[in-house]
Amino acid sequence: MQPPRPSTLIAELSYQCPLHCPYCSNPLHIGGETYRDELETEHWLRAFREARALGVLQLALTGGEPMLRRDLDELCAGARDAGLYSSLITAGTLFTRERAEALKAAGLDHVQISIQSPDAADNDRIAGNRSFEKKIAAAGFARELDFPLTINCVLHRQNLDRIEEILDLTLELGAQRLELANTQYYGWAVPNQDALMPSWEQLERAEEAVKRFRERVGPKVDVLWVLPDYFEDLPKPCMGGWGRTAMVLAPNGDVLPCQAASTIPGLEFANVREHPLDWIWSESDAFARFRGTDWMQEPCRSCPLGRQEVDFGGCRCQALRLAGDAAATDPVCRFSPHHDRVVAAREPARTDEFVYRTMKRPERV
Amino acid sequence: MTRPRLVTGARLRYDEVREEHLLLIPEGVVRLNPTAAEVLELCDGERSVDDIVDALSARYDGADLRDDVQELIDAMAQKGLVVDAAA
Repeated sequence: MQPPRPSTLIAELSYQCPLHCPYCSNPLHIGGETYRDELETEHWLRAFREARALGVLQLALTGGEPMLRRDLDELCAGARDAGLYSSLITAGTLFTRERAEALKAAGLDHVQISIQSPDAADNDRIAGNRSFEKKIAAAGFARELDFPLTINCVLHRQNLDRIEEILDLTLELGAQRLELANTQYYGWAVPNQDALMPSWEQLERAEEAVKRFRERVGPKVDVLWVLPDYFEDLPKPCMGGWGRTAMVLAPNGDVLPCQAASTIPGLEFANVREHPLDWIWSESDAFARFRGTDWMQEPCRSCPLGRQEVDFGGCRCQALRLAGDAAATDPVCRFSPHHDRVVAAREPARTDEFVYRTMKRPERV
Repeated sequence: MTRPRLVTGARLRYDEVREEHLLLIPEGVVRLNPTAAEVLELCDGERSVDDIVDALSARYDGADLRDDVQELIDAMAQKGLVVDAAA
């Protein structure tokens, strides 16, 4: 069977980052040998061309901090020449007026800047780095150069109560999109779950605030808000379905079906240094493993709601974490025999202390 | 809506791979039928809605396309994809 065409390439250019956000979606072993050897410029440029030929339209230049790549201008020009719509997903601390101008000239289409909190001190505490003022300046440069601007804020217990301020700041910065990304529990968010898991009441208040904002501001600012998985009882189509719409290219050239797929034991990832992207997408084991519906177990196999091709069984990494089996039904689903574990996770032992993201080796290996 | 234009960052393109017209927007794609693509191409921030209707009408043997054009522009404006250059 012919696999579907991908529309998005998530290019993780480098795992280096000046920030230390405790919910970073990068793997916990970013400091290890696996990622030391980053791709060369020409590898990326070839991957962009091959991605377009496969049907990819959207390119997310992300990381880590993608602005740490010295060849970023060249990569943006390559994306433009390949015919991709490019988005820079940055923390903003390196997005100076000068670099913004160069990126504009190179053909970058869209800029997304993260904030950790609308409060300067709180932002810097969560990011583990003094960065708020630079982010605000970066948003200003993006607007001056007529980049469409998205503000992204990862939400959790320690910033959800500032939702009104986040919305107001977005408006003030002239952004046309706001991505309110409720924390997903993979990568660095796993060891920080007790510090990040919000309460129902916080989520309800935030949802109300978003609703009021949408009514007040209208289509001028597109606010993306979805309830976090752990507070749902039906799963979402993680990544739009495994191997269905998106692929992730890690800094070392490994191609993954999602950012967290490296946590799944037994999956082997083909590398763009050795294989063309269309072979990786269509033929490689990692993409074929959970594509479509044939791999599903019960209760997905005979889903009483017939949602096999709606949610594609949910998130494989979550199934692994909570049910101990990456091929199980996502325990977010109320029909999963492990759904009680999701319910229990809503009430963690709470702490305010973070385990910050770091690329240093742990003290005890 | 006086002089409609595409919102900042929106880009029309024909996708040779899928053989269809698309509107690319930040982290998204809107699939367009050929007529919609033609209307949006004329939304350049210079032309008025009347100008757009006239231009299309001239291309299609004087057909009255006003309702179709207005409906498309309104729908796109509601999604924030078309804005008024005069505003």
